[in-house]
Amino acid sequence: MIRDKFDAIVVGAGPSGNAAAYTMAKEGLKVLQLERGEYPGSKNVQGAILYADALEKIIPDFREDAPLERHVIEQRLWTMDDTSYVGMHYRSDDFNEEKPNRYTIIRAQFDRWFSGKVREAGAVLLCETTVTELLRDPQGRVIGVRTDRDGGTAFADVVILGEGVNGLVGQRSGLRPELKPDTVALAVKEMHFLPREVIESRFNLAGNEGVVIEAMGTITDGMTGTGFIYTNQESISIGIGCIVSDFAESGRTPYGLLEAFKRHPSVRPLLEGSECKEYAAHLIPEGGYNAMPELFGDGWIVVGDAGQFVNAVHREGSNLAMTTGRVAGETVVWLKRRREMATKANLAEYQRRLEETFVMKDLRKYRRIPDFLHRNKHIFGVYPKLLSAAAQTWFRVDGVDKRAKEKQIFQSFRSGRTLPGLIGDALKLARSWR
Amino acid sequence: MHIVVCMKQVPDSAQIRVHPVTNTIMRQGVPTIINPYDLFALEEALHLRDRLGGEVTVLTMGPPMAEESLRKALTFGADRAVLLTDRAFAGSDTLATSFALAAALNKIGQEFGEPPIVFTGKQTIDGDTAQVGPGIAKRLGLNQLTYVARIADLDPAAGTITVERRAEGGLQVLQTRLPVLITMLEGVNEIRRGSLDDAYRAARAQVVRWSAADAGITELARCGLKGSPTIVKKVFAPQGRAEKVRQVPTADRSADELAVDVIAAIFRTQPPLEDDLLRFAAGQ
Repeated sequence: MIRDKFDAIVVGAGPSGNAAAYTMAKEGLKVLQLERGEYPGSKNVQGAILYADALEKIIPDFREDAPLERHVIEQRLWTMDDTSYVGMHYRSDDFNEEKPNRYTIIRAQFDRWFSGKVREAGAVLLCETTVTELLRDPQGRVIGVRTDRDGGTAFADVVILGEGVNGLVGQRSGLRPELKPDTVALAVKEMHFLPREVIESRFNLAGNEGVVIEAMGTITDGMTGTGFIYTNQESISIGIGCIVSDFAESGRTPYGLLEAFKRHPSVRPLLEGSECKEYAAHLIPEGGYNAMPELFGDGWIVVGDAGQFVNAVHREGSNLAMTTGRVAGETVVWLKRRREMATKANLAEYQRRLEETFVMKDLRKYRRIPDFLHRNKHIFGVYPKLLSAAAQTWFRVDGVDKRAKEKQIFQSFRSGRTLPGLIGDALKLARSWR
Repeated sequence: MHIVVCMKQVPDSAQIRVHPVTNTIMRQGVPTIINPYDLFALEEALHLRDRLGGEVTVLTMGPPMAEESLRKALTFGADRAVLLTDRAFAGSDTLATSFALAAALNKIGQEFGEPPIVFTGKQTIDGDTAQVGPGIAKRLGLNQLTYVARIADLDPAAGTITVERRAEGGLQVLQTRLPVLITMLEGVNEIRRGSLDDAYRAARAQVVRWSAADAGITELARCGLKGSPTIVKKVFAPQGRAEKVRQVPTADRSADELAVDVIAAIFRTQPPLEDDLLRFAAGQ
C-alpha cells in the first residue's frame, strides 16, 4: 500500500488520462497516474490525427516540442467501388498557417511526450502497473484502487478512469456494461515506410504538409466501416475498420479487408515500394451518445474512450478524450478549491461542464447515426457503385448524347435502389443528421 | 550488508538492425533495456538483501538517458541508483570502463558503506566481452567469482562465501573470502516484479549523478576513447563455408561397401582423422 493519500488517481496514460492528470497536477494537486503499458503509448493505437484545438486548451505552446509529423492541408473523401473512387478533395493553402489546425502524429512518440509534460507538472506516473479493481468504503464510495503489484493499493479522493475503450476496471466494478459488438469497431492499420521525397511527390506536398484520405464503399464489403490513409513524415498509415458484429456476421477478417484495400488500383500506387514495419489493431467505441455509460458517481469520473467519447462520423476521438480529461481535471480542481467532496452530486458538475463543450453537443447531434448505419448497410455498398457508374457514364465520351446519359444515370439509380428507396434513404439520413 | 550491482543499458537486441553497408549496429530509434544478464545479478543481490538485510545500490556508466534503466532497477526494488556520466567517458572500451567503474565503486564505498559483494552480469549483449567484471575485480583487489550459478553459502560474520560456478566439464564449488566480485550466470533466477511501493519510490527517487570529478577520477587520460587501447578495425559478417554436401551413390551397393565409401570420403577431406584412428588402433 502506498501510504501517501492522493487528491486524484488517474487510470491510464492515454490522451484522456494525460489531459486529466496534467490539468490537476499543474494546479498543484497530488496526482498518481497508473499505466499498464511499459511506457505511455506502448499500448495505444490510433490513425492518428491530432486536433490542435483540444491540446491547445491544455498545453498552449505544445507545438514547440511535441513530436508532430505533418500538418494537414488536404482532406480527401473517397467513395470507392472495386475499380474506382469518386472523390471530394479539399485542399487549401490557408491550412499552412502559423498554428495549424490538424496534424498527423505517431502515438508511441506523442504519448511519451505528453506524459513527460504530465510528470513535469508534478504527477507521479507508475508504468507496468495494472489497476485490477476499485476500492470502496462501506457506503459504496470509490476511495482508491487495487493494482496487480504486491501491496498494491492506493487511495485518493477521486479516481478518474481513462482506461480506454475496453475499460475492464469500470466493467468489473459494475460502473458500465461490457462492450456490445454492435457499438464497437475493430480497426487494423499498418505503417508503410517510404522516403520523405517519395511521399511528398506522390501526395503533392511540400515540407511538412500532409494529406488525409478517408474512404468508404465496397472496401468494407457491405459492412459498416471506413478506411483511411494518412501521411506521416517518412511513413504512410493505412487502415480499415468495421463494426465488430458485422465482422462476426460476414466472417470477413480485418486483415483480409486491409489487404484488399491495399491492392485497390487507386491505393496500390500510393504504397508502391514501401516497407511495412508495423501492424496494429484497436477497438473504437462507435456507439455514440446512446451507448454512453454513466459518466460519474461517488468518487469516480470516466473520460475518453472508456466513456464512448468518439464522434465516428467525423473520425474524432482523441480530441474528445483530451477535452473530457481536461474538463474532469478542472472539475476536480474546482471541488478541491471549494473544499468539497467528490460525491456523485458534486461530480455532476463534470457533465454540466461537458454539456457546454462541442463534445456533448456533437455526440447528441449524431446520436441517431450509429443506428441509421446499422439498419442501412446498403449505404456502404450500393451508393458507391451507383456513384461510380454515374461518374463513368458522365465522363466517358462515346457518341451517346448527354440527355440520354442523364436518363441512363437516373435509371441506374432507380433500378439500383428504387425510387421509394432513394427518397427513404435521403429522408432517414436527413433525420439522423439533424 | 551493502551490495552493489553494476549494470549496463543496452539496445534491445530483439529490435536492432545492422547497417547493410557498414555492418555497424544502427542504434537510432532502437529502444534500450537493462542488459538482460544483469537482471540475474540484480535479483541475486535483492534476494541476499531480503535475507540478510542491508541495501542494494545499482551503478551504471552511460549517457544521461541511462537514468531510465536505473529507475527501472529501482522499480524492481533496488535501494539506490548511481549514474556515472561524463563526456570524458565517451568511447570507453572495457579497460577504460572498468577503470571508471572501479573509481565509482571506491567512491560508493566511502559515501554509502564498503560493499562486501559487487555483482555484474556474466557479460553484456552488445559487447559480449565479459571483461568488465573481472577488470573491476582486478583493479579493486576483489576475489573474482565468474559464471556463478548459485551462492551456496554466505557468512558475512566470518567473511566467507561459497558458490557454485559453471565451468567446462562440470560444476566447481569455490570458497573464498569477502570482498568478492561475482558475475552471475543467466537462467539462475527470475527478476521479481517490484511492489507498488517500490514502483512509487522509484518514480520519485533522485538518481545520484556523478561526473568523473565527482567520482574522484583525476586521470582523464585513462577514461573514454583516450583510455581505450581497443581499436575496432573492421566489422564484417562471417562468410558461409564453401564446402558442400557430398553425395555417395547407393545403387547396387551393400551397406558394408557404402560405409567404407563414406569413411573413405571423410578421410579424404580430413586426413588427420585417419592418422588419429590408425594410431588409436595401433595402441589397442
